[in-house]
Amino acid sequence: MNSYYLNYLEELESEAIFILREVWAQFQNPVILFSGGKDSILVTHLAKKAFYPAKIPFALMHVDTGHNFPETIQFRDQLVDKLGVRLIVGSVQESIDQGRVAEEKGKNATRNALQITTLLDAIETNKIDCAIGGGRRDEEKARAKERFFSHRDEFGQWDPKNQRPELWNLLNGKYFEGEHFRAFPISNWTEMDVWNYLLKENIEIPSLYIAHEREVVRRNGSWIPNSQFLKLEPNEEIVTKKIRFRTLGDITITGGIESDADTMEKIVEEVSTMRETERGNRTDDKRSETAMEDRKKEGYF
Amino acid sequence: MKIDQNQLLRFTTAGSVDDGKSTLIGRLLYDSKSIFEDQLASVEQTSKQKGIEGVDLALFTDGLKDEREQGITIDVAYRYFTTPKRKFIIADTPGHIQYTRNMVTGASTANAAVILIDARHGVIEQTKRHTFIASLLNIPHVIVCINKMDLVDYNEEVYNNIVQQFEEFSSKLLIKDVRYIPISALLGDNVVNRSEQMNWFQGSPLLHELETLHISSDINKIDARFAVQTVIRPQREGFIDYRGYAGRIAGGIYRVGDEVTVLPSGFTSKIKSINSGEREVSEAFAPMSVSMTLEDDIDISRGDMIVRTNNQPEMLQEFDVMLCWLNNDAAKARTKYSIMHTSNEQKAMIKDVVYKININTYDRVTDDKSLHMNDIARVKIRTTHRLMLDAYRDNRNTGSIILVDDSTKETVAAGMLV
Repeated sequence: MNSYYLNYLEELESEAIFILREVWAQFQNPVILFSGGKDSILVTHLAKKAFYPAKIPFALMHVDTGHNFPETIQFRDQLVDKLGVRLIVGSVQESIDQGRVAEEKGKNATRNALQITTLLDAIETNKIDCAIGGGRRDEEKARAKERFFSHRDEFGQWDPKNQRPELWNLLNGKYFEGEHFRAFPISNWTEMDVWNYLLKENIEIPSLYIAHEREVVRRNGSWIPNSQFLKLEPNEEIVTKKIRFRTLGDITITGGIESDADTMEKIVEEVSTMRETERGNRTDDKRSETAMEDRKKEGYF
Repeated sequence: MKIDQNQLLRFTTAGSVDDGKSTLIGRLLYDSKSIFEDQLASVEQTSKQKGIEGVDLALFTDGLKDEREQGITIDVAYRYFTTPKRKFIIADTPGHIQYTRNMVTGASTANAAVILIDARHGVIEQTKRHTFIASLLNIPHVIVCINKMDLVDYNEEVYNNIVQQFEEFSSKLLIKDVRYIPISALLGDNVVNRSEQMNWFQGSPLLHELETLHISSDINKIDARFAVQTVIRPQREGFIDYRGYAGRIAGGIYRVGDEVTVLPSGFTSKIKSINSGEREVSEAFAPMSVSMTLEDDIDISRGDMIVRTNNQPEMLQEFDVMLCWLNNDAAKARTKYSIMHTSNEQKAMIKDVVYKININTYDRVTDDKSLHMNDIARVKIRTTHRLMLDAYRDNRNTGSIILVDDSTKETVAAGMLV
């Protein structure tokens, strides 16, 4: 006799596919925000399932800070090619050149917050009414408050205190002209769920997630990769370590962890014994207690 | 973890500010080892700044800036933890402001409600309110935690009296499965680990109950309901004539070859194929997201429902719902709202407020026709076209609606078909 219940990964998958299809049905011009990280790769994979045997009906949109891991860009281009989808790139460098934003100054300057302007500009220019993100509620306390369909006003801002109630399977994606939505189909997934699913479905991810030798420098308790953007402090020293990354952001702010996990099985094993959150190695979140909340209100991912 | 068998359980927690709800959630996360070291370090530091000995468990559920500053919860927050037996999603709903609105939201998809009672105070008005909402939203399982047992010397009589109080008032409500557990969230008694202070209690700790509740029957597997979300037309080599009806099964089981009727048109056909992603399957059941094709070429679009020919929902243009008003703007008389039901959308009007419910006393109020934030009322709704409806008690997904105010685009009310 067959069993008629889903296990938790199947249920999460079914929920995410439902949301992706709702996005397609309710919006005119939705895109997937694609960073090249595992979460946006997962969302893209789920979109493939949701619309099979048709192609993914969304373009992928990448906000390019210019501070990428070269591996990420290579991976992005291969995937776009394979899926036959359109790629939209919003360039932070262009936003800087046009004077829309200015580079941060100081020792820990990054282009992280600059992405907000580029992202909102790209949404406006391309007339996008829904940007699908790979944000998860377990990542961060401000993200724990997100809806599946998250409203943004005409300035692209999020008002966490005044969100639309979201009940049952009924998603309200109505908006006035100039406003847009963010949709988060993998809201209910945890880091562990993502890894278990990537393993189960045999989904390809950038090699950066897998343990490899790399030149790094110790900073704020994590291993920051050497790159053309790295400015060494007097007491810092470049060393070679076997590391891997738990999340992927800009090469300037993403810290690696020392690891021997060089297969998906070993990564899942390693993640299950992790005692620190994955964003603990992201200096963008460490700036203050409310770093994520503040950026999200402005229009961040 | 054995992925193949482990299920997902969603539960909501209800309690007022001082019932120790945040402490309970913190305790569940902490004792089930779901707290990461950097989170712990940050909470330890904040505890120290506040002058608290040890770890203030309630800080694990802290959220937005305003919430931390004011020491309150503003909106539903979701928490996650996993044990070797199950994955859990907690909808952590605030205890005071906009209480009904938030609890209704958190409860709408929950398998279980955990209701907290302070052992020193017993059943209070708020307990009755929480229980009423759990019953109204048809949460299949209710677990009543009598908390702060350490403050009443772990006294069995105190516990028994509260259980008795709860049994008495809840006998008026439709709740199928209630369990009682005496706990101390602060000290960890009967939360994850069995209490050594209450040998008189024969039941299991809270986590064990959550891990073993029978939830696979919470979804209706009898009445087959499939609302079409979108039509997949690949228009490419090998799939030229392919028309896949995509949706998430809302109830029952569908098999290839089943005789089906498409509503509202009433055309009949047979299921030709069912796809779950790339995989072709011979049967599928709620709550799977699938796409199916039919033997005959019928005009089907978003909002239509595919059901088994010998088991159909009601097609109604006028019906009664229990409505929760969720918006600061009160309901407007003779105003058209957008009504959303499954993937269907129409215009609707509230024809009459039959009665309002005083959720503290459960009394019906018939002389007040207004609908304000947090009001719950039985109302008559009329729609522009017929909807394919089931009673909410039979199916949460085909028996629920929301109303959207077209002038603000906001979700203003949620209703359950009586």
